[in-house]
Amino acid sequence: MQGFRYLDDTAILRLSVDKCIGCGNCRLVCPHRIFRLQDGKAEIVDRNACMECGACAKNCPTTAIYVNPDDGCGCAAYIINSWVARIRGKAPSGCGC
Amino acid sequence: MTASLTRRDHLGTIGARTGFSRNNYKITPGLYCLGQADKNSPVLVTANYKLTFDALRKELGGQSVWLLVIDTRGINVWCAAGKGTFSAEEIAYQVHRARLDQVVDHRELLLPQLSANGVAAHELKRLCGFKGRFGPILAADLPEFLRTGEAGEKMRTVTFTLSQRAVLVPLELCMIWKQLGIAAVVFFLLSGISPGFFSLGLALSRGVVLLLATLAAVLAGAVATPLLLPWLPFRQFWLKGAVMGGLVALPLLFSGQSPASGVEKIAILLWISGCSAFLAMNFTGSTPFTSLSGVAKEMRHGLAFQIGSSLVAGLCWLAGPFL
Repeated sequence: MQGFRYLDDTAILRLSVDKCIGCGNCRLVCPHRIFRLQDGKAEIVDRNACMECGACAKNCPTTAIYVNPDDGCGCAAYIINSWVARIRGKAPSGCGC
Repeated sequence: MTASLTRRDHLGTIGARTGFSRNNYKITPGLYCLGQADKNSPVLVTANYKLTFDALRKELGGQSVWLLVIDTRGINVWCAAGKGTFSAEEIAYQVHRARLDQVVDHRELLLPQLSANGVAAHELKRLCGFKGRFGPILAADLPEFLRTGEAGEKMRTVTFTLSQRAVLVPLELCMIWKQLGIAAVVFFLLSGISPGFFSLGLALSRGVVLLLATLAAVLAGAVATPLLLPWLPFRQFWLKGAVMGGLVALPLLFSGQSPASGVEKIAILLWISGCSAFLAMNFTGSTPFTSLSGVAKEMRHGLAFQIGSSLVAGLCWLAGPFL
């Protein structure tokens, strides 16, 4: 993803090395290639490139990875809708994307 | 099913890309046969958004494969996976419904890589007896993947090229016509307020200026910012949009021909910059590299700027006829 960097130190992504069995699923599925395998364990190489898509966590067989679980597509309309919904105490409506 | 797209398919693509038919552009879920697919042909899993399906058909021309289309309610693979409709459970449901185990001899499903945020591939085997394997991100890389059986780093890395950004622009534009219509009415009403209560002449002459300024903001925030994204300064999208808005507004205001007074110029500058910042911020949802945490963070600053600048712009604009 050359030429595109988003905000540093913002994405919520945690990897528990203890739980990791080194299967490499996270490395395989990440669309920004931020993992690598080192000595039989996964390692985060480029944390700030994470966009919180959650593919790694979803495909981790030992739940060693935690990613911001808020779903939604990350568009402003969706976030505004969810803020409004929280104030009104309702489930957020979609954003059409 | 054929690989070549007809005129109707191309018209449908235009409809979906402009938002005209986008939210209901789907095909019936189920198993589709392409070419001379037989018991040994690979099975590719995909979403039932017709643009997605057409992309696969087009790229797979000349191949013999099965396409297992699952019900994502007409949403593309990545977004559907994010929303949970492109899931292992839904794939298993369609595998059973199509009796796939009787159609093919092998037990492997090829999944788009971008479905990984919705599909736990290791659960598929248990759910339907088929093993899931992630293929490349783009349909265009499928022929090579099918030939070599491998997807290299390049095929597994998401991109956001100029052309990939450009196809998103029509939708950004077409989604705001309604708001623009309502805004135009408000502009004419606000612009007519004068020392003599309300002036129709002022409403028309100044309303048009405000409408043109808003169109300039749309050009800056929804066209120029997406296209020039990697070359604009700052990482927060609202800042990129605000800068772009300023760049568009300044030549308009200081070209020498502008009939606006000083205070009106401030109003127009702030309005264009604020609107452009909002539209740019909204584009975060269309990019493949912005995190939800990041967007929420930038929105706190962005919204404050947008609301603040619109309010000041409104006050300056109202003050115009009184000074």
